[in-house]
Amino acid sequence: MEYESVIGLEIHVELDTESKMFCNCSTRFGEEPNTQTCPVCLGLPGSLPVANEKAIEYVIKSGLAIGCDISLYSQFHRKNYFYPDMPKNYQISQYDLPLCINGHVDLDMDDYETRIGVTRIHLEEDTGKLIHVGGAGRIAGAEYSLVDFNRAGVPLMEIVSEPDIRTPEEAKVYAQKLRAILISLGVSDCSMEKGSMRVDANVSIRPKGSTEFGVKTELKNLNSFRSLQRALTYEIERQKKALEEGEVIVQETRHWDESKNRTSILRTKEYAHDYRYFPDPDLVPMQFDSSWIESLKAEIPELPDERKQRFIRRFGLPAHDANLLTATKAMGDFFEEAVSIYAGDPKAISNWILGDLSYYLNTENLEIDESAITPKHIVEMLKLIDNGTISGKIAKEIFPEMFETGKMPQAIVEERGMTQISGEDEIAKIIDTVLAENAAVVQEYREGKERAFGFLVGQAMRLTKGRANPQLVNKLLREKL
Amino acid sequence: MELYKLTIHEAHEKLVSKEISAREFTESVFSRIDKVEDKVRSYLTLTKEIAFGQAEKVDRKIASGEKIGPLAGIPAAIKDVMCVEGVRTTCGSKILENYVPVYTSTAAKNLLNEGIIMTGKTNMDEFAMGSSTENSRFFPTRNPWDLERVPGGSSGGSATAVAAGEAIFSLGSDTGGSIRQPAALCGIVGMKPTYGLVSRYGLVAFASSLDQIGPFTKDVRDCAITLNYLIGHDPLDSTSVKIDKPDYTKALSDDLKGVKIGVPRELMVEGIDPKVREAVENALEVFGKSGAIVAETSLPNLDYALSAYYIIAPAEASSNLARFDGVRYGYRVPGTEDLMDMYMLTRAEGFGDEVKRRIMLGTYALSAGYYEAYYGQAQKVRTLIIRDFNRAFEEFDVLVSPTSPTTAFKIGEKIDDPLQMYLSDICTIPVNLAGLPAISVPCGMVDELPVGLHIIGKTLGEEMLLKVAYSFEQNFGWNEKPAL
Ligand SMILES: [Zn+2]
Repeated sequence: MEYESVIGLEIHVELDTESKMFCNCSTRFGEEPNTQTCPVCLGLPGSLPVANEKAIEYVIKSGLAIGCDISLYSQFHRKNYFYPDMPKNYQISQYDLPLCINGHVDLDMDDYETRIGVTRIHLEEDTGKLIHVGGAGRIAGAEYSLVDFNRAGVPLMEIVSEPDIRTPEEAKVYAQKLRAILISLGVSDCSMEKGSMRVDANVSIRPKGSTEFGVKTELKNLNSFRSLQRALTYEIERQKKALEEGEVIVQETRHWDESKNRTSILRTKEYAHDYRYFPDPDLVPMQFDSSWIESLKAEIPELPDERKQRFIRRFGLPAHDANLLTATKAMGDFFEEAVSIYAGDPKAISNWILGDLSYYLNTENLEIDESAITPKHIVEMLKLIDNGTISGKIAKEIFPEMFETGKMPQAIVEERGMTQISGEDEIAKIIDTVLAENAAVVQEYREGKERAFGFLVGQAMRLTKGRANPQLVNKLLREKL
Repeated sequence: MELYKLTIHEAHEKLVSKEISAREFTESVFSRIDKVEDKVRSYLTLTKEIAFGQAEKVDRKIASGEKIGPLAGIPAAIKDVMCVEGVRTTCGSKILENYVPVYTSTAAKNLLNEGIIMTGKTNMDEFAMGSSTENSRFFPTRNPWDLERVPGGSSGGSATAVAAGEAIFSLGSDTGGSIRQPAALCGIVGMKPTYGLVSRYGLVAFASSLDQIGPFTKDVRDCAITLNYLIGHDPLDSTSVKIDKPDYTKALSDDLKGVKIGVPRELMVEGIDPKVREAVENALEVFGKSGAIVAETSLPNLDYALSAYYIIAPAEASSNLARFDGVRYGYRVPGTEDLMDMYMLTRAEGFGDEVKRRIMLGTYALSAGYYEAYYGQAQKVRTLIIRDFNRAFEEFDVLVSPTSPTTAFKIGEKIDDPLQMYLSDICTIPVNLAGLPAISVPCGMVDELPVGLHIIGKTLGEEMLLKVAYSFEQNFGWNEKPAL
């Protein structure tokens, strides 16, 4: 039977506000444990929350950016459950009155386009971090556990998609696109590594053409876009196999193990909490002016889709290139910076970014702004090609060193003596040598075998270790023959 | 002269005129404490050292000719549910037996900044849940009028401290009557202001949408003075109201000409001890003398108030009290096997029966499948009750009733019958549900025990409320003290 998968994502994003969601503590990352705490975020008896207006603004802006309806009346609820990383044993979150509902993200999958619905965006507070000492590093079996409340109370935005995603690839593109949008808005740095962007996936499968939903599992511990895609691919296969072998899928939460490339059971539905949501009486309901919402709308900067269109219009890029270049804000910025200092064809820049640079970034699992290569590197390299100092082939050869060390291309070329030989006399001498050494081939060429010409060019390049200017070699060789 | 018998306004004059010093005043109150505390047991913690330090400061101020405010140098007790930095704050619970807060509640801070002399932290029903102070996990407090009887609750210790002369005034908290009922049972003045008028920051929460801090005083003028310094917008409390601070003492006047006083019939009939009703009815005649118009009115949905309260308050409490888990502070049962064990044993030992009962009630009321039938329904009742009050206030300036359906009952009399105990707050609870201000003033005696008159005002109608209470107090002229 042919199956199709049904995927929905829940994405948590820590907002980039100065202070926490309900107190004045700093949200700075990486400080000494428990140094960024106060009675409120420690949940000390008698303390009360006061909502961070900036965080509310950020969520509404995010909603506006993906076409959500903004609730003019919204409320915080308490989500009750016991866990040591939660100082109050309830999390201030939102329930039936979230800030934003009914949005969507359009995906350009190159050979088709698709729209992913966003059910809701709501605002809540993050929890602290547990460090388990002894045992296997999990709470069960640990000798003792330590809690760091620096992250407790950091504003957290949850974006819940509709189950509109059909492939692991779409899931990845959707998550990446959301990330690009949020970074453009400046509401979060969306670092999956630091945990400021966290993705949970719900996935089920069903016979293709069916409109009913299968039993879903929830995947956790997806720490990169790559693991999101891989985990979904694995889980879909696992479910298919299970169904084909006549087993039933159980609704459960599964943990993705990146190193073992598989998911395993974390907890089953029997352990599902009853969160006993109710409106938080410490926080009055939020009411917004539609004119204030409009003023926020006016502050929204250019978003990835608009940027893509501009890249096509202004730089004459193919849609495919423009789509990839705007997939992350950093890549689009990189491209634009390069274009601004280069007089040549923007497509050449795009080729290098999407070609060699992306290849090495993927291999090293780096983001473009984490690499040693800057727009200046690419542009200097292109200029070296344009003025004939190096060939494209040499450029490809020096790329890894540039990528690894951040050395400028000119310097590498000089150090390694790889500048192109463009002196006519020098090349003429080399051609003479080639002709002398390959009299038989020369004869063949003269008898009409065009292929022999290519061989002779190759010999000239071999003698110069690729440094000879190919155009010149061609030209002089033809003259001499 | 027995200085501990002074009111705030009497003492202030004597302090300003240097007739007495804050130190002498404080000494008098502490020697009174030494004399009667064993019998009454108002205090969980005495802060004598802090008190004398504060007295010294005030005396220095007076000596240097600096102007002092009306509360400077006045010995006052604070209910042990408000955090004071560095002073043990137990909420009457084992789970916080050794808990020392790192910050001071806004209400206490406002008064400490005014120079009050903190005598100590007073006994209370555990987490303010109860109407007799018998639910304190440490010891019961006794009524100064009859040591066999309860002082009311949950702010029992704050009420007895003032009634027995162990403090000149005190702070309590009122979620369903916890200031007004013990004030009535102890023969003093107790007020619950409008919800949001006094900051709740630093008040350990019982039921957040109902809790409100207020004063216990010896008379209405003292109540107005204290309120002047308790209120004010607090940026740390999102439910704190923003208003211009009035001077409540300016509202105190004898003249009630044209003031309309409503008597809701639902609060004068069922469940009210006939003798208490009679005392209140007699008291109402006083209002005629001062020119007020008294007439019967109705709050038809009041029958459902108690049921709604016993869903909303426990529901909020079940969540508010979740943080007491032994993880970060407070009591933790030693040597438990795992996390779940630690949670369960700590809370089983740390909380008393009434607290556990209410956590269970509240947890149940919020559970999936029951929420609409209980919590949702209770909120609807709450709306109806607010509507009833609004309608009554279209016609009347204040409403009156007995504060408590009975006078002080015997220790042990109701402790094993929670439903009977819950009925103690039948007149006061609707006021919390509607967020209104209300005051209890003494209105005579029944069988040698004080009775309280309950006056309910409009939202932020504290000035009218205090005016009516003051006029009543002046014209009724009751001035008895317990023979302790
Ligand atoms: Zn904080």
